[in-house]
Amino acid sequence: MSKKILAFIESKDGKFKNSSFEVISEAKIIAEKLGSDFTVLTIGKTDENEIKELAKYGAKKIITVDLDKLNSKSPVQGIKYSPSAFAGVISEAAKKESAQIIMLSATSLGKDLSGRVAIKTDSAVFNDCIAVNVADGKITASRPVYAGKSITEISTDCENILISLRPNVFKPEISDNTQIEITETDPDSLNIEAGDFSSVVKDLIVSDEKLDVAEADRIVSGGRGLRGPENFNLIENLAASIGAATGASRAVVDAGWRPHSEQVGQTGKTVSPSLYIACGISGAIQHLAGMSSSKCIVAVNKDKDAPIFQIADYGIVGDVFEILPEMTEEFKKVVSN
Amino acid sequence: MNIFVCVSLVPDSTTKVKVSSDNKSIDENGVSYIINPYDEFAVEEAIRLKESKGGEVTVISVGTDKAKEAIKKAFQMGADKGILIKTSSADFDSYFVAKNISDYLKDKDPEIIFFGKQSIDFDGLLIPSMVSELLGIPSVSVVVKLDINDGKITAEREVEGGKEIVEADLPVIIGAQKGINEPRYPNLKSIMAAKSKPIEEIEAASLDSRTVINEMKLPPAKTGGKIFVNGKDDVPELVRLLREEAKVI
Ligand SMILES: Cc1cc2nc3c(=O)[nH]c(=O)nc-3n(C[C@H](O)[C@H](O)[C@H](O)COP(=O)(O)OP(=O)(O)OC[C@H]3O[C@@H](n4cnc5c(N)ncnc54)[C@H](O)[C@@H]3O)c2cc1C
Ligand SMILES: Nc1ncnc2c1ncn2[C@@H]1O[C@H](COP(=O)(O)O)[C@@H](O)[C@H]1O
Repeated sequence: MSKKILAFIESKDGKFKNSSFEVISEAKIIAEKLGSDFTVLTIGKTDENEIKELAKYGAKKIITVDLDKLNSKSPVQGIKYSPSAFAGVISEAAKKESAQIIMLSATSLGKDLSGRVAIKTDSAVFNDCIAVNVADGKITASRPVYAGKSITEISTDCENILISLRPNVFKPEISDNTQIEITETDPDSLNIEAGDFSSVVKDLIVSDEKLDVAEADRIVSGGRGLRGPENFNLIENLAASIGAATGASRAVVDAGWRPHSEQVGQTGKTVSPSLYIACGISGAIQHLAGMSSSKCIVAVNKDKDAPIFQIADYGIVGDVFEILPEMTEEFKKVVSN
Repeated sequence: MNIFVCVSLVPDSTTKVKVSSDNKSIDENGVSYIINPYDEFAVEEAIRLKESKGGEVTVISVGTDKAKEAIKKAFQMGADKGILIKTSSADFDSYFVAKNISDYLKDKDPEIIFFGKQSIDFDGLLIPSMVSELLGIPSVSVVVKLDINDGKITAEREVEGGKEIVEADLPVIIGAQKGINEPRYPNLKSIMAAKSKPIEEIEAASLDSRTVINEMKLPPAKTGGKIFVNGKDDVPELVRLLREEAKVI
């Protein structure tokens, strides 16, 4: 019997995240290989037209759960949402749909939910995967370990599997599907108990409107080669010219030049944008740990032997103070064309 | 307070990884091991809590005899007691660790259990939330700030684009992220004191891991990067290649 899939997707401010399209596209591919089908689950308010858009990624069946209705079941009033209750909803929806495979994105929320849902549904976890394969009806997945210094291929004998996908690795595929069926599920029918609200988010502090490195498709990062916080306008201008987020090495975060939220690497964020430009960054192994799976890596460094050049697809040996302004101008020309 | 901290021993982050001949694990030759860096934040937070509210800090590690090294590091920082949940090999998954820790803690009335947010070897980010479900107590992970008052906690949790303010009741599980504190350096006195602290050994349960490693390999090496050496003059060509060849802008 082929296994059905439940794909959990996230939205933010009424819009689905890009990682959601990645999950749907991959769920479609896996479902086809297994000869089964998949249902999409979304929790939160998203407008009907937004939801209909999901059809073009191949989603035919969508279950929605209203966040306000869910939150109203919480014993604590005035919550934004509850990660533990989300885990309850996903597990119950999987049971209702008889889905033995749960797929989601390894975002902050996805990572927080994975362990919880896996225990609730007795699933093996394939987390933060960069590839998922099906051979003879059996699923295997590849995931980076030792901070990307090695890749493992894993499998399981468990009936149930939870698969989280590393954001930005899988490509959303547009299909010609137009058929879509949307069902709103009342949280009352989902067996959610007060105990599911064991942790509740009371408030969100949004760090200024800037694009977060963890979600960006293009990143420009600066390191100690920039010599001081006052020179990071070079990084910001370059980033702005191509709509990129700004990142940083730990050395400059520790020095207080940049906020920790920008740090890329082993003790910072793991990113895999389609373009990563490292400026004045030596390429220490802990920095590479966070960005080596980027699709195109560009390095600017005055030392031709800097380790960053070993993993760079393109690079310029030279002074950031000369190169970055020039590059910003060139990017502006090209982008406006 | 009755405080627990879970720690693991991991290869130093500068380790050059080589795959061993079984093609399923890393070659341990020449690898030096350290306490998982995030677990130091967890231990520090536990010790600070003991210092302010009183109580006892018990350190738990699941692993072979070698895992005692991680417990000893926590002793040097000021933890009181250690539990080694002993395994015969290092071949186990997150579920195995979570289940063993939960089974142990079931009847120990923990008030707070600290974890690192993630282990830097297998990067699971799973164990704290699994233990949370197995024990039926709340957990908050990737915590950069923690306040405890009247049996309740308020934690700041790092997420994309900002922070969440999370509330939960004790007992609770906390996954510590960099930023929550500055771990202390053990001084000579605490290093000496650590030597006499007891580690109790118990056998790990004989249960199967849920995931198995079929193969471990090195990521494909990058070759043929185009590196220009004429500085500024090469910028137009580089930008052209990014647009026409790499198609990333
Ligand atoms: C447990 C642990 C965890 C860590 N986690 C992280 C992490 O998450 N992220 C991280 O980044 N690091 C991490 N590190 C630190 C890491 O080892 C390096 O120290 C750090 O990445 C170095 O930052 P950097 O490249 O900016 O500085 P440096 O290594 O000092 O490199 C500066 C570079 O700039 C170049 N340069 C100087 N002037 C110019 C100029 N005018 N023009 C062009 N190039 C110039 C130099 O040639 C040099 O290559 C960690 C370390 C440890 C031990
Ligand atoms: N073998 C282990 N024994 C005890 N605690 C562990 C072990 N492995 C991981 N942990 C704890 O679980 C946290 C998260 O690990 P992980 O889910 O593997 O990323 C770590 O920071 C440790 O606090």
